[in-house]
Amino acid sequence: MIRIDSVTKRYPDGTVAVDRLSLDVPDRSITVLVGPSGCGKTTTLRMINRMVEPTEGTILLDGEDIRRRPVTDLRRSMGYVIQNAGLFPHRTIVDNIATVPRMLGWGRQRARKRAAELMERVGLDTSLAERYPYQLSGGQQQRVGVARALAADPPVLLMDEPFSAVDPVVRKGLQDELLRIQEELGKTIVFVTHDIDEAVKLGTMVAVLREGGRLAQYASPAELLSAPADGFVEDFLGADRGIRRLSFLSSAALELTTDAVVPADASAERIAASGARYLLVTDPDGRPLGWAEPGELIAGDIRTDRLLPHGRPFVPGADSLRVALDCAVLSPTGWAVAVDAGGRVTGVVSQQAIGEAIRAAHARGRTDQAGVAP
Amino acid sequence: MNGFFDIPSDLQHSWSGLIGLHLREALLPVAAGLLLALPLAQLCVRFRRLYPPVLGATTVLYAIPSLAFFVVLIDYTGQSELTVMIPLAVYSLVVLVPAIVDGVRSVPGETLAAATAMGFGPVRRYLQVQLPIAAPAIVAGLRVATASSISLVSVGALIGNQGALGNLLAAAQKYDRPELAVNAVLTMAALAILCDALLVLLRTLLTPWMPRGTRRPRPAARSRRPEPEAATR
Ligand SMILES: Nc1ncnc2c1ncn2[C@@H]1O[C@H](COP(=O)(O)OP(=O)(O)OP(=O)(O)O)[C@@H](O)[C@H]1O
Ligand SMILES: [Mg+2]
Repeated sequence: MIRIDSVTKRYPDGTVAVDRLSLDVPDRSITVLVGPSGCGKTTTLRMINRMVEPTEGTILLDGEDIRRRPVTDLRRSMGYVIQNAGLFPHRTIVDNIATVPRMLGWGRQRARKRAAELMERVGLDTSLAERYPYQLSGGQQQRVGVARALAADPPVLLMDEPFSAVDPVVRKGLQDELLRIQEELGKTIVFVTHDIDEAVKLGTMVAVLREGGRLAQYASPAELLSAPADGFVEDFLGADRGIRRLSFLSSAALELTTDAVVPADASAERIAASGARYLLVTDPDGRPLGWAEPGELIAGDIRTDRLLPHGRPFVPGADSLRVALDCAVLSPTGWAVAVDAGGRVTGVVSQQAIGEAIRAAHARGRTDQAGVAP
Repeated sequence: MNGFFDIPSDLQHSWSGLIGLHLREALLPVAAGLLLALPLAQLCVRFRRLYPPVLGATTVLYAIPSLAFFVVLIDYTGQSELTVMIPLAVYSLVVLVPAIVDGVRSVPGETLAAATAMGFGPVRRYLQVQLPIAAPAIVAGLRVATASSISLVSVGALIGNQGALGNLLAAAQKYDRPELAVNAVLTMAALAILCDALLVLLRTLLTPWMPRGTRRPRPAARSRRPEPEAATR
């Protein structure tokens, strides 16, 4: 665990970048520092690997003051990823990644083998190994930055806005990749961003900092969204906090109905019996084909090309209420289609029913974070 | 007969001997200048306040005419090669210090911060990160220093025939053989061009990591914001 204990940083010019910050960073999880520009995020991060020395306070790593270790040792035990990757332009990709292992005295072959392994882990084609950084896209460079930080298998990873210089699509890919890698490796990660969505998506715990380097709130994303500590945090979370909070509510408890689901070869009685305003037609495997009004369906001759599109389905349990609501909002009929992992329809649910579920979840005041990705 | 390559015997050298002498008198000072400039430039990078006075001092030195320099030095080093080479080393230094400082400073802040964060000590960082990335700028400085050094050696002819190929200019007047002057000028030009080509080749070999065609580092950082804590420099 990294314990930041009432740490203050005052720069020589008098700027107080961090003001009596106390924070416990739990092991094997992602702790995000988020806040507006200039609130001391980078300074805080760099105090952890002693690139910046605190003016007051102490930082403990597994109970030991970080000042007790030789500074280069400390840094080599912490991976560091930076905006724009900060790659060495004069070294090939594989040599960039092998930097710290080589400094730790690994043989050339072993370090390069390790580098190749990491390239695969972060989703880089190993054919890029002998290229130079200028020959890579921004997103690829960022992946190299992550691989380089992981090279010597440090227990701690410090990441300073690593994904902020790439476009939103690439950023989402990198975020997903980080979550996947984290699942496999279980590092203790301190992640700096000014993007609250990124914070909520990646963080196990999120520390919101305000100007002047003071801690505004330190909480899990779900707690942050449901109970912001003050107006500053609330403003920072943005206007759609309520919607985003749904990301942390599971859709498992939604009550699905199958009355409105009919196979394409349904009989006239089956069509008439449903009584629903819209019917979801499925193929013989149970996959959704589209929506239709019962009156438009002629038994034995259902024209699948006339059906209304069924939109994106959700997977109850795996997707959050936010996804379910989104599916319902986007559906031409106002009903969301639920499918199992194999894409077969398990039922449909109306916006009203989702609304009920949201109210019930809020009433329970309990949040179910497990297995739910925003 | 007095041919183009017949060098008067009082110069005590053949044409090729003069070339060797000329190269030595021109290039040794550049090498010495480089050796001095590297640590000096690093001091200027580390202690930013040092740079303006150092730059001022070197500029003043550069403004001293070489002849005046020679005359002062003759009292100490006599009419020797050293008297020619010392001022040339100083001129090289003057060209190289700003070249190296600018080159080292052009290393992106993110790259430096990354190096520091990975546990590079200052010396390792200088040798393995800053210097290699500054190599193109340093070679550019070397090209200027080398070219000017090759031409300035000839001034040494004025102090006891220490000007190597420059001595041919004096001989041309003395023996009324203008072709010797032509020879001297052409040979020096050829040497300068050759050395320059070699330096360009050196740069190409040193920088396989630069985008081809442009031969300038693409600004790796899209945003170059000041880095927190000057200590990361
Ligand atoms: N070396 C320095 N000297 C003086 N002040 C500094 C120095 N580095 C940072 N600061 C100041 O300290 C404050 C915090 O800076 P820091 O870089 O930690 O902010 P940040 O939260 O990372 O901001 P951003 O999101 O813009 O990266 C700012 O007001 C900044 O101007
Ligand atoms: Mg920052």
